[in-house]
This record gives sequence, C-alpha cells and structure tokens, in this order.
Amino acid sequence: MLLKFKDDKAVYIQLAESIEDDILREIFNEGEKIISTTEISVKLKINPATALKGINILVDEGIVYKKRGLGMFVVKGAKEKIMLKRKNGFFDSFIVPVLGEAEKLEISEDEIVKMIKGAKANGRN
Amino acid sequence: MGEIKVSSITKDYKDKRRALDDVNLCIKENKIYGLLGRNGAGKTTLLNIINDKIFPTAGKITVDGEDLIENEKILNSIAYMMQDVMYPLNMEVRELFEWAEKFYIKFDQAYANRLAKKFKLDVTKELIELSTGYSTIFKDILTLATNARILIFDEPVLGLDANHRNMFYKELLKSYNEKPKTIIISTHLIDEVADVIEEVIIIKKGKIIREESVDRFLSSAYIVSGRTNNVDKYLENRDFVVEETMETLKIATVLESTAKKSMGLKEELKLEFSKVELQKLFITLTNS
Repeated sequence: MLLKFKDDKAVYIQLAESIEDDILREIFNEGEKIISTTEISVKLKINPATALKGINILVDEGIVYKKRGLGMFVVKGAKEKIMLKRKNGFFDSFIVPVLGEAEKLEISEDEIVKMIKGAKANGRN
Repeated sequence: MGEIKVSSITKDYKDKRRALDDVNLCIKENKIYGLLGRNGAGKTTLLNIINDKIFPTAGKITVDGEDLIENEKILNSIAYMMQDVMYPLNMEVRELFEWAEKFYIKFDQAYANRLAKKFKLDVTKELIELSTGYSTIFKDILTLATNARILIFDEPVLGLDANHRNMFYKELLKSYNEKPKTIIISTHLIDEVADVIEEVIIIKKGKIIREESVDRFLSSAYIVSGRTNNVDKYLENRDFVVEETMETLKIATVLESTAKKSMGLKEELKLEFSKVELQKLFITLTNS
C-alpha cells in the first residue's frame, strides 16, 4: 500500500482506493483478511478515525466485511465488483482528461487512436 | 473521561502584554488535537495554564466538569511534556522513570524501558548529559508511559532526526489505538502531524481563530488558479487571499466552503481548482 497523500483526494478515499488496488493485484484475495485499521493507522501514521472512514467506504460498497473480533475480510466477488465499478469510472477518470489534454495540444482523435495502438504494439500498456 | 473546558481565559504578563485574550475551547475526550500557532502566539502559555503551571489573569479551566486549580486528582490524570526541563538534571534516566511513579500511579516502567531501548536512549545517563534530541525523547517516553488519560505535548519532536520523528508518531498512534485518550500536540511541523491529528486549534496573537475537525477546516477553503483577469473575475464577491501573481498567472486561496465552488465559472474562465493543505492554509490564515 503506497499512498502519496498529496493528491487532490482526501486521505481516506486514497486509502480505500489503494486497498481496492491491492485486491485487484491479488495481494488480498477474496476471503482473506485485510490489514486492520490499527495497523493502517500506525504504519501510515494516520489518525485511526481516518483509517476507519476509508475502510467503511469498502464496507458500504460490499467489498470487505467485518468478522466480529477477527477483523476485516474481502467479500467473495469483491474483485469483480471493483473491476465493474472502475470500468464505469474509466471514462470519467481517464478518457475525459486525455481528451481535455489532447484539446489543449490540438491532438486529433485519429492521432490519439494511433498512439494507443502504437503503445499496445510496443508493449507499453 | 478527558474533556477539557477552557472558559474565557485571559493572561496578562507583568509587562502588561496580553498573552491570551478571552480564550474559549472545548477539548473533546479521546481525540487527537493539533494546537497550531506562530511563535509567540500563546500556545505554551495556554498549555501551561491548562496544566496549572501558571495562573490565568481571568477565566477558568475544568476537566470533566471539575475545577482544575490545585486539584491533585485531575492534575495527575494529565501528563504534560513541557519544553522546559523541570526534572533534577543530575538524576539518571532510569531513576527519573522510577520517580515518575510517585506522580503517575499507572506509570508503566516496562513500557518506558522498552521505548528507551527502541530509541537507543541510554537510561544510565544523567539528564544533563543528554543531547537536545535525546532530552526531548526522554520527555516523550516519560509522557507516553504515564498512562494518563490526557497527554499534552509541547513540541514533542524538537531536535529529533527524521527517523526518530517517524518513530515518535508511530508510538503515539500505537498507544492511542490501544487505549483511546485525549492528546494535544503543539508543533511547528504541521505537515508531519496533518494526518495524525483529528481536530485542529489555531491560535493567533492570543486569540483562537479556528477550532474544528481537520476535515472541516480543509473543506473551508480551496485554491483557484488561472489567467489573472479570469481569476479576478472569479474572485469578485468572494473572500480570498492572493497567494501568488506571476506574469499573467494568478493563484489565490478562496475562503469559502469547497461546496460553493462554481464549476460553471471554472469552465468559462478556464480555471483550475485544487485542495488546500493544512500547513498551507495555516500560513495563509496566520500570515498577517
């Protein structure tokens, strides 16, 4: 879990996203226990209330659940859920900024498509 | 347990200088507070009054509803890490740890020694032999080990190197996670505590100018940048502080809730918005 904490996003949102990344990268697998709020708080030097707020986003979205006295565990199907959510956000998070930057630089749509194809061919994806 | 109420505290020094001017605060229990202010703003004076080290000119302090002054029971429930060294300088660290038990019945000797080992603090050294950094470390450890329900730190990382500062924040959070307590940290290293604290108190020239959660504080302002004339147009009828003007670029902190951002104007005027950092906003508010 590597957080920059300088992003334009609040720390607890960055925290939730970074745990989602860890689930996508299969660092935490479905059914497995994730890092506790205490560990997050101490390791990342953040207030436990912030850590809890981040984890609660994941609870609300049905990505992790609490086993009383044991900790937080990854829900079955969580990975798919995250992928679906991220795919829905892909347009806003990635395509819109690319188009915005392209407009500033007067890069045409054809050129963008060419770049994407070129990057794929070069294995830079 | 561990709520501190500061009511109408005023402190005038002998030279008639007003160090604190009608300060009112409610420090909620079991939260970590950052007490922030520039040099001479009154932070240490306020902490000294909260710990009954000096008397206020007017006003009153209560802890969990009880009057603080000369109330031994309450004073023993507050551990105060002071900037000044108030211990006998010719005593060894280990003797001082034992001595601390007299004041703090719940003092954890084993924990103090564990921390000393972690920080490589030689407990056989006399206090006078310690460097600035180790003197701070000694006071930090002593304070943490008291198991008091209120911990107050005045400059807890003064003279500490980056590794030791890192260790201090971790140990502080470990202790807090294990057993919630009220913690007040007064520091100039704002960036470092920005994510550690939950509540912020800003004191300026003896007056409290802000007292709220860090989240709320940070959402009370945002930064706008763009072409000077466009930024000026955006700033019309808005409360703001100009941060920078370079050629035709202007950057300003807008002092209004982030919820009031006008996305329409942002598009129209080709502006950029960004969030404020704790230290940055602190500087903006205490600059004058």
